[in-house]
Amino acid sequence: MSNLFKIALRNLLRYKRRTLLTASLITLGVVFVLVFVAVSGTFKNLMIGQITDSMIGHLQVHRKGFVASIETLPLNMNLKGGAIAKLEKILDAQPEIASYSPRIKFGGMFSNFTETSSIRLTAIDPEREFKAVPLLADRVSDGSKELKPGGILIPELLARGMKVKPGDAVVIVATNADGSVNGKQFTVTGVMESATGPGGRDGYVHLDDAKALLRMEDRQVSEYAIRLKDFGNLASFSRKLEGLLDKELNQQGKPMFELHTWEQLSPFFNIARMIDMMTFFIKLMLIAIVLISIMNVMIMAVYERIREIGTIAAIGTQPGTILNMFVIEGFCMGVAGALVGNLVGLAIMVVLNLLKMTYRFGRQDILLQAAVNPVDILVISATVIVVSVVASLQPAFKASRMEPIQALRHT
Amino acid sequence: MGLLKAEKITKDYQVGEIVIQALKGISFEIGAASFVSFVGPSGSGKTTLLNLIGCLDTPTSGRLTVADTDVGTLDRKEGALFRGANIGFIFQDFNLLPVLTVYENIEYPLLMVRKVAAAERRRRVSALLEAVGMADQRDKYPDQISGGQKQRVAVARALVTEPKLVLADEPTANLDHATAYLVLGLMKKMRDEFRTTFIFSTHDPKIVGEAETVFTLEDGALNGAKNGTKDKGGKNNE
Repeated sequence: MSNLFKIALRNLLRYKRRTLLTASLITLGVVFVLVFVAVSGTFKNLMIGQITDSMIGHLQVHRKGFVASIETLPLNMNLKGGAIAKLEKILDAQPEIASYSPRIKFGGMFSNFTETSSIRLTAIDPEREFKAVPLLADRVSDGSKELKPGGILIPELLARGMKVKPGDAVVIVATNADGSVNGKQFTVTGVMESATGPGGRDGYVHLDDAKALLRMEDRQVSEYAIRLKDFGNLASFSRKLEGLLDKELNQQGKPMFELHTWEQLSPFFNIARMIDMMTFFIKLMLIAIVLISIMNVMIMAVYERIREIGTIAAIGTQPGTILNMFVIEGFCMGVAGALVGNLVGLAIMVVLNLLKMTYRFGRQDILLQAAVNPVDILVISATVIVVSVVASLQPAFKASRMEPIQALRHT
Repeated sequence: MGLLKAEKITKDYQVGEIVIQALKGISFEIGAASFVSFVGPSGSGKTTLLNLIGCLDTPTSGRLTVADTDVGTLDRKEGALFRGANIGFIFQDFNLLPVLTVYENIEYPLLMVRKVAAAERRRRVSALLEAVGMADQRDKYPDQISGGQKQRVAVARALVTEPKLVLADEPTANLDHATAYLVLGLMKKMRDEFRTTFIFSTHDPKIVGEAETVFTLEDGALNGAKNGTKDKGGKNNE
């Protein structure tokens, strides 16, 4: 086999310019794909991190039917007493869970004593919430990151529109579960940036304040935000937890809870899928580049060496050996293209990271960072090499099937 | 029984709607360690006959036996195996592999066809390099040596597997007379040393004189044989 490699490499070096051009084309393709995968992957992961770690959590559990009517934030769909106990018992028993945070979600009117606007509020236990969504505190752009009873974190949009700043007194008026209305005065603790750009109208208050405002006598929870120890286990753990939750039935014999992953709760999942799709098509383009360029070169190589093929076949070289000779040439070009492409791609990534370039996404300045998973490098390299071999097969097969007598007559 | 026996072999080629009879039922026999030449004008069937003997083509009819094997019945793979084991080739244009050195070209059949062990390969290639006078050129590539030297390398490559038969189609056509005689002398020396049968084709009357047995082909038919080889199909000029 080493002799076949020696002959293949020498034949490739025999046509230096052509080999160099083909290998360069493959290299360019690999570099482009690698850098795109690295930058888009980093952007995607950054956004997923922002959304899950500062807002949604990795998973959420609600009472069955809550998410379907989430636009109205119905208080009568909250989890109560026995359901809460059952659910927390299940969650506490899961070693995959790093932390979880109970929330009450409700809508209300926000007043600065001169103007009134609507607001969506999430009542939290700050200590538990900051463990389940650790980047939430980073979203506080003005004021204190601490949320104590009597305080409110308000969205930037509302603060700017209603000219409210930290320390100001505001009033929240909300409708209780029984239809009555209640109001409570809060002090603005901080102003929060939206996780995904402008348009957010979500504020945060303490759970104790929500209970008082909504006149809740017993403990109620609208949703549990769950953070996993390993985000990579999301799919398998959600299947496991879903199985456990499905066993808990209400008095009507129907499931008591519903479980959603961040993917089912955030519209960014569609953007993430679009990025994946673009990556897939760019990989397809790479495959096409490799396939066409290698096949072109190998067809030329076979055509130019017909008499040589006739000679070695006449001497007694087996068709399989001749096939291998040409396939190895394609393989070597694929390996060279993948290797150099990976090195150049990694070098470009290092330069990009050193330049610390930023770009605007919504209202955020995002640092352009490139990081690639070693598995991606392996997959891209393997794809290039396999496609190179596949592209060489047809010309190699043709060479191996050549009649020596006709090949020797070729001029 | 001889090394090679042809019995009424014919070879037809279809060109469009016309059938061309390249060989017209010729018969002959060649013994071991012979030095035989097929002569005749262009188109007389010399190359066709050598291709049949070398298992590169199959006869349309008749029976051709080489080293006790009916070569007309071999398939592609069997043909390659048979050639690798029994036949060496010397080509008019030398046909050395340009990416291999002189040493590697000679070594190629042992390495890629016969899978001979490294020590034995070294022994045989070195001996042949000495025998053909190319030991000092062993690391040169074909484009760095002369035509005569290339043909000497080709002779060594043909002999390195110790075949029973070496076929040479116009081996001196691209050489000047002096070099041609040198190459033929080398082939004879190798025949004497290795007891290999050499069959070559030529249309050069001066070169023909070097053969011990000469078959004359004319228009696809055997027109005579000299120097004691019995012609069973055509005329015998003995």
